[in-house]
Amino acid sequence: MEWLIASVISVMTGCGVYLTLRARTFPVVLGLTLLAYAVNVFLFSMGRLQIGIPAVIDPAAADYTDPLPQALVLTAIVIAFGMTAFLIVLALKARSELGNDHVDGLHRSEDELKATKHATKTETERSPS
Amino acid sequence: MSLLSFNLPLAVLLPFAAAPLAAWVTRYNRLASAWVAGLTTLLTLAVLFPSMQAVFAGETLIQQWAWLPDIGFNLAFRLDGLALLFALLILLIGLLIIFYARYYLSTKDSMGRFYAYMLMFMGSMLGIVLSENLLQLVVFWELTSITSFLLISYWQHRQDARQGARMALAITGAGGLALLGGVLLLGHIVGSYELTQVLASGDLIREHDLYLPALLLILLGVFTKSAQFPFHFWLPHAMAAPTPVSAYLHSATMVKAGIFLLARFFPALSGTPEWSWLVGTAGMLTLLIGAYVALFKHDLKGLLAYSTLSHLGLITLLFGFGSQMALVAAIFHIINHATFKGSLFMVAGIIDHESGTRDMRKLNGLFKMMPHTAMLAMVAAAAMAGVPLLNGFLSKEMFFEQAISASDTTLAAWTIPALVTLAAIFSVAYSLRFIHDVFFNGEPIDLPKTPHEPPRFMKIPVDILVVLCLIVGVAPMLLIGPILSVAVASSLQAPAPEFSLAIWHGFNLPLMMSFIALVLGVGVYTIRHRLFAWHDRCLHGIDGKAVFDWLLWKTIRFSKKITNYFDQTTLQPAVTWVIGGALVLSTATFFQFNSPLLGDRALMEADVITILMALMLIVASLLTAALHHQRLVSLITIGVVGLVVALGFVKFSAPDLALTQLSVEVVTIVLLLLALFFLPQHTPQERSYIRFSRDAIISIAAAGAVFMLTMAVLSREYSSIANFFIENAKPGGGGSNVVNVILVDFRGFDTLGEIVVLALAGLGVFAMLEGLKLTAPAKDIDGLTWSHDPHPPIMQTLTRLLFPLMLMVAAFIFLRGHNLPGGGFIAGLIASVALISQYLANGIDWTNDRLRIDMHRLLWIGLMIATGTGVVSMLLGYPFLTSAFTYLTWPVVGKFEVASAIAFDLGVFLVVVGATVMILVELGKLSHAAHFTNVEDNK
Repeated sequence: MEWLIASVISVMTGCGVYLTLRARTFPVVLGLTLLAYAVNVFLFSMGRLQIGIPAVIDPAAADYTDPLPQALVLTAIVIAFGMTAFLIVLALKARSELGNDHVDGLHRSEDELKATKHATKTETERSPS
Repeated sequence: MSLLSFNLPLAVLLPFAAAPLAAWVTRYNRLASAWVAGLTTLLTLAVLFPSMQAVFAGETLIQQWAWLPDIGFNLAFRLDGLALLFALLILLIGLLIIFYARYYLSTKDSMGRFYAYMLMFMGSMLGIVLSENLLQLVVFWELTSITSFLLISYWQHRQDARQGARMALAITGAGGLALLGGVLLLGHIVGSYELTQVLASGDLIREHDLYLPALLLILLGVFTKSAQFPFHFWLPHAMAAPTPVSAYLHSATMVKAGIFLLARFFPALSGTPEWSWLVGTAGMLTLLIGAYVALFKHDLKGLLAYSTLSHLGLITLLFGFGSQMALVAAIFHIINHATFKGSLFMVAGIIDHESGTRDMRKLNGLFKMMPHTAMLAMVAAAAMAGVPLLNGFLSKEMFFEQAISASDTTLAAWTIPALVTLAAIFSVAYSLRFIHDVFFNGEPIDLPKTPHEPPRFMKIPVDILVVLCLIVGVAPMLLIGPILSVAVASSLQAPAPEFSLAIWHGFNLPLMMSFIALVLGVGVYTIRHRLFAWHDRCLHGIDGKAVFDWLLWKTIRFSKKITNYFDQTTLQPAVTWVIGGALVLSTATFFQFNSPLLGDRALMEADVITILMALMLIVASLLTAALHHQRLVSLITIGVVGLVVALGFVKFSAPDLALTQLSVEVVTIVLLLLALFFLPQHTPQERSYIRFSRDAIISIAAAGAVFMLTMAVLSREYSSIANFFIENAKPGGGGSNVVNVILVDFRGFDTLGEIVVLALAGLGVFAMLEGLKLTAPAKDIDGLTWSHDPHPPIMQTLTRLLFPLMLMVAAFIFLRGHNLPGGGFIAGLIASVALISQYLANGIDWTNDRLRIDMHRLLWIGLMIATGTGVVSMLLGYPFLTSAFTYLTWPVVGKFEVASAIAFDLGVFLVVVGATVMILVELGKLSHAAHFTNVEDNK
């Protein structure tokens, strides 16, 4: 079972990282959401995997699972939602202000590109090295 | 509690408290801020006054409160002779400056800003001199750097003011860092940051291995602040400040802070060859350079600036001599310099104010136009030159005497007296220049204004200081004797040596030196034109500012280079650096240990359903990544991931998490759908194949590392603190759902922080969407027009019917949360889903008409309730957020439990509802508005 959970976490992480590295805002938001899932499950699994023994006090219960990671992850889930919401709205704002959804806010037009290239070039020329 | 038990911190805090007031009242009356500043200074004096008697009796008053005793950081204030002397200088000269500035500042200058800065600076200075704890002293030290920056750059529109202020901040701020290091070393050596203990452990400090580094660091702080060579160059550039600021900073306060520290640490650090050489050399060089350059400055304030350097060097040199009498002379000269230099700066300000220039090549023959001012200037300048019957003469005599006695013991016999006489010659020459060039020497040359006497009141502060110069010069023991004696005693931490301040000591060597200095000084002045020509030819280009600017430019370019290497102003490489860095750092630690990757904990058997579910999740994740170009599809697959995660929580004994995940999942998908409406439906193909393979490698590496880490942990046993929570949940928190009890009780403070973050996210979204204009696409992804019926009746009817039911579920989940899976977070999310489905099915207008709840208010109330439960427990004498519970028995309902934690949970509930609904509805409004305009357009 542990192998299975570890694989699940690692696949979610890998896909999350890949999407986070994309150039458009929407996949980045999806990637961060996936990463958040991965982190939450990872944190949760730090209490080890237990089946059928929830941490609810009951005289009949034989044992309890570790409630601490659960408490941690519960708030983490809600915070992750807050973060996703903030990010996606940031993406909308960027789209509205800049007219595109590239993470750098740029479909750089040719002359803009030239201007920045020129600036970096002069910067390097000025240095004696 | 009597005033005397807390008047010292009060005195320090009063100016800070009054600063905003001074800035505020200026809106109503320009002069009111001057009144506020003046009255605050008087009040501060009055607050200190009751303690003075004890100090004059030789006591040291200490008032302290523990703050972080574990690291030796306490709030501790100290008033002894030395502190009192400096506090009086700061406050009394400050008072005169406040008075003077009221006439100096023009109607174009903001009085409120000026006096607010002034008060803050005054408070910081008082903080330095009244601190008992050294760390606290460093904090105030840094505050003086910052507030003096504000004061020097008061005329923000002037470039020289901005640059001068920046330079002063860079140099004194860097010195402040060095001082912090020195103080930390000192505290390490002594084992305490309390001044009393540090001063008592002089021998321990001097014999310690870390003495030299500590001394060097502290002296760096001192020399930068007091503008000692080679850090002297910031002071002349700080003259771009308004003259009252220069008069205050460079006569009585800022630069004297370094000198104060020398006096303060005298018993702890002095008495070694290192001290004598470092302090003495810096002092001597500054004395000579300052005196020499002052003569060649054509700017009145420039002359005074270099003269200030020279006098600071003189005082430092006296400390370098290290004898007890030298200390007397040093402290005496601190007082004298403050009086005559304060008045001279103010005179320079008056001349500038009345004639429009400070250039001595233009200013000539002003005596006829402003005889009163000229008289004042002459007396003060004579005191500066060391003319008998004035205070400057007395301390200069003492200085000469110390120079002679120091030369017996340390250096080749005549070097020190010869050098200090040379400095004195130049000092006479530049003083003479200040008087003769400005007030006599022919007629003025095209002045911008015709000079005349300034308003009567502008001269009063100068009058007072000049009269003081005279009184001290004629009857020194009368005014200065007592305070000097206690200041010296507290600086030495020993009884003060016998000293007599007399005008006449007989014909002796110091008198000879004074005489030589006066005669040769006049001589140097008469040949000044030839000297100017020589100076311009040979030494013109030397300027510390050029070196400073060059270093600054180099540093900035270096840091830019590094920054550019990592940050090419695009996000993707930056994210790559972050993820790659985290990957390298975290995997590197794997290789530090040679224990096997897997531990020996017994692993669980996997059952078929779990395997299928896990496979489903893996496939969904991979599809999300692979199909991200088709955004709607990837949104659906990520929904699958979230749902399977929720099922996983159910499987592995976490019902609370499953409920939370499930409801969050619903909300998240709705949110992303709403947002996707405004974003392109497809992600364009990225062209770079290299980038794709690089990202793939990083992702796979990340996945591998996480896999190893998870397996390494999961295959090992661990000891948990869980038992504490499980055992105490019922008896301590009154609930049997341990997860919920942890959230609202054991770790309630964390939860409070988290709901604050959530509330902020909600408000942030609201703020960003305010005024946002986005055009909705006219057609959907397949090129079909949108349905004309956005609110189908079946859905409307169903959601309206279901609404009370959903709210009831939320209430049920909320109420049982303390004992069974549920609680504020989950209930909040369920209630949000209930509300949002109303908005979805019935439209925003319809719902808003019926649901008149302002989500801002909900957030606010929620936070208040959550914080309130904590405050209530504090009011009852328990730590913040302590919960209480009891059992009640009601008819029908039976016995049940009431915990104060449920109030906290209610706060959580309200914040979750407020934030979630606010986010979604704001986003929904946007699409509503966009739709609406579209429909209009189509018509």
